[in-house]
Amino acid sequence: MATSVLPSIAALLASGDERRSAQGWLDARRAQALERANALAVPSTRDEEWRFTDLAPLARKSFKPATAADVDAHAVAACFVPEAVARLVFVDGHYAPQWSVAADGGLFVQTLQEALKASAAALEGTLATLAPFATRAFTALNTAHLRDGACVRVAKNVAGGIVHVLFVSSQADTAHLPRVLIDVAPGAEVTVIEDHVSLGDAAVLSNAVTEIAVAPTARVRHVRLQRLNTASYSVGHTAVQVAKDASYLSQTVTLGARLSRYDLEVVQQGEGAHATLDGLALIDGRQHADTHTVLDHAAPHGTSQQLHKTIVGGGAHAVFNGKIIVRPGAQLIDSAQESRNLLLSGKARVDTKPQLEILADDVKCAHGATVGQLEPEQLFYLRSRGLPETLARSLLTYAFGAEVIERIPVPSLVRTLEQRVLEQTRV
Amino acid sequence: MINANAKVLLEVRDLRATVAGVEILKGLNLTVKAGEVHAIMGPNGSGKSTFSKVISGHPAYEVTGGEVLFEGRNLLELEAEERARAGVFLGFQYPVEIPGVTNSAFLRLAYNTVQGARGKDELDPLEFDDLVREKAQLLEMDPAFLDRGVNEGFSGGEKKRNEILQMAILEPLLAILDETDSGLDIDALRIVANGVNRLHTADTACILVTHYQRLLTYIVPDYVHVMDAGRIVKTGDKALALELEERGYDWVVNAAAA
Repeated sequence: MATSVLPSIAALLASGDERRSAQGWLDARRAQALERANALAVPSTRDEEWRFTDLAPLARKSFKPATAADVDAHAVAACFVPEAVARLVFVDGHYAPQWSVAADGGLFVQTLQEALKASAAALEGTLATLAPFATRAFTALNTAHLRDGACVRVAKNVAGGIVHVLFVSSQADTAHLPRVLIDVAPGAEVTVIEDHVSLGDAAVLSNAVTEIAVAPTARVRHVRLQRLNTASYSVGHTAVQVAKDASYLSQTVTLGARLSRYDLEVVQQGEGAHATLDGLALIDGRQHADTHTVLDHAAPHGTSQQLHKTIVGGGAHAVFNGKIIVRPGAQLIDSAQESRNLLLSGKARVDTKPQLEILADDVKCAHGATVGQLEPEQLFYLRSRGLPETLARSLLTYAFGAEVIERIPVPSLVRTLEQRVLEQTRV
Repeated sequence: MINANAKVLLEVRDLRATVAGVEILKGLNLTVKAGEVHAIMGPNGSGKSTFSKVISGHPAYEVTGGEVLFEGRNLLELEAEERARAGVFLGFQYPVEIPGVTNSAFLRLAYNTVQGARGKDELDPLEFDDLVREKAQLLEMDPAFLDRGVNEGFSGGEKKRNEILQMAILEPLLAILDETDSGLDIDALRIVANGVNRLHTADTACILVTHYQRLLTYIVPDYVHVMDAGRIVKTGDKALALELEERGYDWVVNAAAA
């Protein structure tokens, strides 16, 4: 029963690519996803999970698939991260080999097409499996159209360095379905920067899905940057499975999009797993940024730390929903969640909600949320040393955001983002 | 040092101020000339800290009467930052922590803002680093404190040293040190007092707001004032501080009330 499929999305479904791939399992998953995408209604504010995020503005738009396009090489290069040892660039959904840099020595950075061609069996256990789509319209839509994307794999015990996966969008009214698969073998580690950027002011719809498998004792650092222009729409879903004694450490930075929704779901399947989920949303004007996270402690002795911050100016609206689940028998969990929100104007709005489902009895789960303005005593302190009020405000706002940004393990990115915060908060 | 011909830096006349609608200062008079060291003492709640905040321009305090002249200018019409640039410095009783802003960046920003306002040259990070390290030595401060967040995780004594470091860098004409001695052990007290003494010249003045005589053995005041119920009720020289230490405040307060 395709009830209220948005016109923009209906058009995409109709344009579905029916070609069969070489992998029967993948075709079967895509067919299932297509069936779900057609059957699922687009979420409305009547759904508890979408209570504060109204997709109605999206309904008035329509988006078409993008063709391969020429873009300004300098503008693309300006997004590069010098520390990266490998890079994959997609422009308007199309792989751009001229800007991509392959890796070596046990770090495999390929397009999904290349990876499927070379070692399809290695992807069967993860691709289109880790991110469940049965009840998620946007994830189903992405999976139904799954043809290509970024694939980062790291062999056993290899320290993989920094990989930059860059999704560039440039053409007006086009839809993009970025897809990332990260699969890290036991004892290995890698840092992946998943970066969504706009060139120019053209409005796009980006509907991204990322799947991450972290094997025992492996470590994945995941930096997700959403810096689309403020005319665009962004929906993202990341699903992470963390095995025994492995860690997943993430910083999610949301700067762009008129309307964005990001779902991050981490399941600790093995004992002694660790997860860090840091987030910063810096929005202004009429922007709306919704972050939903689920941290599922499914095994004992797990730890998790979460610091989610928002800086909301103008008439912008930030939403945070952080769910922590502790499964029966998952004892000795140590989990801490903090949501801190800074409102820069009287019209700015934040809705923040911690959600705890604790089904084990010997656990430690701390959580807290604050919503406030700049501290008057801090402002006075800076002003009493000669700093003008505007500079004092900008400095304090910057400092608020810097706490999350400084945790990003890529120095050049820290500098770029801190500069961005300073610029945006300069009155 | 008292010099009858020195110029008047601060002139406070019949100052009245409220916070949250409650009158705290009720007609305070005080004249401070260049070169002088004044101590303001008095029981808790007498209005000493309020006086410091009002002079430095804290927005939560409302001046309801009287006037304050600084070098002849109406200080009350200046914003807090303008007062700082004009040469007024407040050493905070409780210095504020600002995580995410490094101490060195903060100090340089403050220094350059104040220098610019005084028509002097600003310093680049390298030049400033030399200056700040030299000043930190004066206070026997570990330079590692420069790389930490402003006052973040500092002990009470480290925070107070950091206040005097800011004073050393901003070179104010008038420094008001609010309970700078609280929370200091005897070694830290000696270091901080030594720093204040070395920064004091014939052109600058200092107001020490304190509960205890202890600080005044290290920084010797020219005048000692006793505050009670929002006014200065007695003024003497350093001997008054010793007498207060011995006899408490009641005799002064009772005599003033009589």
